[in-house]
Amino acid sequence: MAQVFRPSANTIAKASIFFLMVLTIAGLCGLDLIHRSPYVRYTHRPKEQPVPFSHKHHVNMGIDCRYCHTTVEESASANIPSTRICMNCHSTIWKDSPMLEPVRESWQTGKSLEWNRVHDLPDFVYFNHSIHINKGIGCVTCHGPVDEMPLVHREKPLFMKWCLECHKAPEKFIRPQEEVFNMDYKEPKNQLELGRKLVKEYHVQNENNRLTDCWICHR
Amino acid sequence: MICLVSGSLLLFGNGCELRKRMYDQPKYEPLEQSDFFGDARSARALVEGTVPRGHLNEDMHLYEGKINGAFADTVPFPITKEVLKRGQNRYNIYCAVCHDRAGYGNGMIVQRGFKRPSSYHIDRLRKEKPGYLYDVINRGFGSMPSYSHQLNPEDRWAVVAYIRALQLSQSATLEDVPKQEREKLLTEKQ
Ligand code: HEC
Ligand code: HEC
Ligand code: HEC
Ligand code: HEC
Ligand code: HEC
Ligand code: HEC
Repeated sequence: MAQVFRPSANTIAKASIFFLMVLTIAGLCGLDLIHRSPYVRYTHRPKEQPVPFSHKHHVNMGIDCRYCHTTVEESASANIPSTRICMNCHSTIWKDSPMLEPVRESWQTGKSLEWNRVHDLPDFVYFNHSIHINKGIGCVTCHGPVDEMPLVHREKPLFMKWCLECHKAPEKFIRPQEEVFNMDYKEPKNQLELGRKLVKEYHVQNENNRLTDCWICHR
Repeated sequence: MICLVSGSLLLFGNGCELRKRMYDQPKYEPLEQSDFFGDARSARALVEGTVPRGHLNEDMHLYEGKINGAFADTVPFPITKEVLKRGQNRYNIYCAVCHDRAGYGNGMIVQRGFKRPSSYHIDRLRKEKPGYLYDVINRGFGSMPSYSHQLNPEDRWAVVAYIRALQLSQSATLEDVPKQEREKLLTEKQ
């Protein structure tokens, strides 16, 4: 009877185990890379919106973030402006622009405009705007140069690592409170020195690296 | 082998599904779309004709700027430096886009075609009562929209106080400057 397995089968078997392992690891790494890729994290890609609202135009006219994002200083959510806020101005100016048709329709029918979310953390993460705003973290630090975006995109991938980077050392990013809404603020050369001073002054509570405790964000 | 592969695929698939459900839980986040309510809003408006507990807003002075039906000539709480600072801050966010930071009515939005408001520094507006200014913010005036949904009553009064400060600042004379400061001003000028 002929042999089913030749002696070389041993090597093939060993090699195939090895290749299978490599393949699995490569596959897992690949999955992880995809998971972290800018494509999946949706960075730098504007989303389709019902109205092509341009931050670049509106912010550069000197409209403050808080004119529209009214609750950013006192609550967890920044608030997306209601149709009424758009109509403050657009009932009178550019009132015939075809681009604004959905806004007028929403105003007349009372149906909400359905904006698509650009930033969206998983629901098991707790985030709060007011604490960051009141402790001197600028909008730019997390959202990038919104004032230059014709359509907002996600500047940061919003990984947990990213939150922790700052929570470990807020002094690297903190700025004077009156500069939080300033989109053109430049970090001074002595950021660390100033940062340490501001961390004390604003009572940033980070004794024993408290801000990296899991319960801070997963509560 | 097939069992192992299909088993792990099943686990993986299940895991993904479970993870997705953790990412998007059945709770509503602020302003999230609802597929339960007909108008798709998860934030519900009050039933018409109802008043939330503690919001009867009976204080006509604070909420409407009126005393016995006439515009009040006082602000309903003491004006401190903090109140003025708050007023300045809110004014620069919500009003300066049209009225400009000094109140002459030459803001950016006006330059882009919005109706030009009167300057705050005309005689008529200087003499108007605080209650009248409050009423303009509260209910709007002509083509100016109401700001009652962007400013709470305390902030509206703070803005009124700040407008008064602006009006004073634009008609101030040397006599209004405290004595010690006056000397400093005069020496600086030379
Ligand atoms: C005139 C009103 C207006 C002003 C002023 C304004 N925004 Fe917005 N903002 C909007 C609207 C409407 C949306 C939702 C549409 C969109 O995502 O493009 C939005 C969306 C955003 C988003 C994305 C939200 C999401 O879906 O994740 C960010 C971030 C943002 N704004 C930041 C800012 C910052 C920072 C400023 C101040 C520099 C600012 N905005 C000023 C109206 C405004
Ligand atoms: C404070 C006043 C103000 C508010 C509030 C405002 N806008 Fe505008 N918007 C303007 C002005 C002024 C222009 C014209 C821009 C220019 O001249 O460069 C404009 C232009 C636009 C345009 C471009 C129109 C065209 O045909 O080119 C769109 C779209 C628009 N706004 C959408 C919105 C939406 C949506 C909102 C509400 C979230 C909003 N705006 C709130 C003042 C405002
Ligand atoms: C510490 C980082 C950080 C800072 C500072 C910050 N944001 Fe955000 N912002 C986020 C994150 C994270 C989200 C997504 C929240 C979620 O999905 O629950 C978000 C979401 C938003 C949204 C969408 C609506 C919402 O609340 O979920 C708007 C609008 C917004 N930010 C505007 C602003 C403005 C305006 C400022 C400055 C005043 C600002 N943000 C400062 C991190 C930040
Ligand atoms: C650029 C810096 C920075 C980034 C980025 C940042 N944070 Fe923070 N965070 C702070 C500071 C500063 C505080 C204030 C701590 C204090 O004084 O309590 C804070 C506080 C918080 C708190 C409240 C802590 C408490 O005392 O209960 C939460 C929750 C939080 N951050 C969540 C997040 C999440 C989630 C992210 C990422 C999406 C994030 N933060 C990203 C700087 C940052
Ligand atoms: C500063 C806020 C913050 C702190 C502190 C924090 N996390 Fe997270 N965590 C996040 C954010 C944001 C995400 C979502 C990241 C994403 O979307 O990929 C997350 C996601 C996760 C996930 C899910 C990962 C995934 O891909 O599904 C796990 C597990 C987790 N965190 C565990 C922890 C543990 C354990 C700790 C304590 C050592 C901790 N986290 C502390 C912000 C935080
Ligand atoms: C979108 C532009 C715009 C904004 C923002 C705005 N106003 Fe006006 N305001 C006007 C216009 C236009 C008029 C003149 C209305 C008319 O004559 O039809 C006016 C008139 C006024 C008047 C004078 C009324 C009179 O008797 O002549 C006062 C007082 C006033 N505004 C206060 C405010 C305050 C306070 C704010 C901020 C909370 C504010 N406005 C924000 C456009 C604006």
